[in-house]
Amino acid sequence: MQLTRAGFLALLWLFVLAALRVVRSDIYAASGLRVAMPGFRKSGQKTRGKAPRQLVVTHGALAGTRISLDGRPIMIGRADDSTLVLDDDYASTRHARLSMRGTDWYVEDLGSTNGTYLDRAKVTAPLRVPLGVPIRIGKTVIELRS
Amino acid sequence: MALPVQGKAGPATGQGADQDKAPTRRGTELVLLGFAAFIVSVALMLVEANQEQQLTFRIVWYGLAYLALFGVAHAAVRHWAPYADPLILPCVAVLNGLGLVMIYRIDLALAERALQAGREFNNDVPKQIAWTALALVLFLVVLRVVRDHRTLTKYSYMVGAAGLFLLALPAVLPSAIAPPINGAKIWLRVAGLSIQPGEFAKILLLIFFAGFLVSKRDLFMAAGRRVLGVDLPRARDLGPILFAWGVSVGVLVFQKDLGTSLLFFGTILVMLYVATERAVWVVTGLSLFVAGCLIAYQLFGHVQQRVANWLDPLATYDQDGGGFQIAQALFGQGTGGMGGTGLGAGRPDLVPLANSDFIIAAIAEELGFIGLAALLLVYTLLAMRGMRSALAVRDSFGKLLGGGLSFLLIMQVFVVVGGVTKLIPMTGLTSPFLSLGGSSLLANYILVALLLRISDAARRPQTPAPRKPVPQTPIAEAGTVLVERPK
Repeated sequence: MQLTRAGFLALLWLFVLAALRVVRSDIYAASGLRVAMPGFRKSGQKTRGKAPRQLVVTHGALAGTRISLDGRPIMIGRADDSTLVLDDDYASTRHARLSMRGTDWYVEDLGSTNGTYLDRAKVTAPLRVPLGVPIRIGKTVIELRS
Repeated sequence: MALPVQGKAGPATGQGADQDKAPTRRGTELVLLGFAAFIVSVALMLVEANQEQQLTFRIVWYGLAYLALFGVAHAAVRHWAPYADPLILPCVAVLNGLGLVMIYRIDLALAERALQAGREFNNDVPKQIAWTALALVLFLVVLRVVRDHRTLTKYSYMVGAAGLFLLALPAVLPSAIAPPINGAKIWLRVAGLSIQPGEFAKILLLIFFAGFLVSKRDLFMAAGRRVLGVDLPRARDLGPILFAWGVSVGVLVFQKDLGTSLLFFGTILVMLYVATERAVWVVTGLSLFVAGCLIAYQLFGHVQQRVANWLDPLATYDQDGGGFQIAQALFGQGTGGMGGTGLGAGRPDLVPLANSDFIIAAIAEELGFIGLAALLLVYTLLAMRGMRSALAVRDSFGKLLGGGLSFLLIMQVFVVVGGVTKLIPMTGLTSPFLSLGGSSLLANYILVALLLRISDAARRPQTPAPRKPVPQTPIAEAGTVLVERPK
């Protein structure tokens, strides 16, 4: 009687411990972006280890503008409170957002009229922005540099 | 080196060739499910032995049937969400199974008492088993229909309206259809079935709020930057929180349901905080909450009664609606002590509503502190995996929804366990998956299906559009300016 009682409690805790073991072997990466698994990482990421430090406008009316990146999201659009205020007929009020997740920067289109392009691809979902790849918004082109 | 991946989610050939196969961990899930079914069978066996029922071979069949039930759910997950978190389903299986065993055990005790008193008694456990099966069917449907949680954003306003409608339904309907039970007017009685639409409304409103906050988040963020996050937010930004507050107060006033009101407001508050990372929202919300509590305490007799029962259950022990229930629950937990009386060897039926609101007290009595702690850890694991998926998922709607759903679950556990152990006033909620009650079970299975969907999205390796290729606008039609790399 006492034995079964203790045995069942032990069984319950065994389940909890088994579950915790699974958690340990299956921890997500600290950045929260990807499941960290040995041998599961894209090879050939040359930009690894070099974090983007500034955003540079390469074309358009604001060409030459630099914004240093401090981890806060960067709003781009015609709205006055944007981080990068564009005076461009082809840009929407709230056009795009660059935000940092983990160590990488992602670009996200905020439902703009004319779209955001990462290199030559139209941004429909948040996309990772590698260093030196142009993002086009209206007539403005920006890129991340270290 | 594209390796074959089981299921339909193979990496798109040609693209992402360097992608190693990401483990799906479905095997782990199956093993843990087997373990869960074993625990449930052993629990049933102990109950039978201690209640001096005949120990027959059929317990093994019950255990296998339970495993088969969850085996179907497992197969569905394997098929429709192959990368989903491997821990969520087994945790649910343990909780639900132990709940069924406990309800069966209390049935036995109540049936005996009814026999002695010469009354008729209806067993609750067949009903609950039917609800479990139905809930699993619903789980499959949600998993099948919601192939990508982001599609829910498209319907967020509709979903929100439906949620409000369901929430308000019992309050407006006449008492013939919506009878007040135990003082709360939250049930609908349709064709002999009692349904609690509020349980579903919670999830629907959560989906709405997640969608709403994602689309309007910039407003909150912009305001925050301007005032350095210290000053009060602008008045018009207070809209959502005031709305949530109004809804919870409405629930409190018209339905006399403390638990749902608390749960709803708390969850919205946490989602606002998650969306904006601004502590000022929490402070604002908490002060609104305290104000609401004080007003409710002044205005409503039942709130005063609950608080009085909480402060001293023995003082109101003999009164109608007094501290009898909570005092009995405390006695039961005291009897259980550290190691419990053993399954089937206690007297949990002495607590009113032992199989629904107070099932935690029954478990604490028969499994003791050690057993209850294990169960609470299982709940915590469940919520933690949900939160982890929310952290890892790549879209903000998924983050908010996952965080909100996980928090809803764990907050419900807190409110229930806190009430039963007299940490906070009793509010009358059901413990997720354990308690008797079809609506709660159905709603929680929907919640789990959504969490699995989000965790699947979070853990799926980032192959470029493995299932649904995004229509790419041809570069010529898009009117792209030729972009040169700067020299």
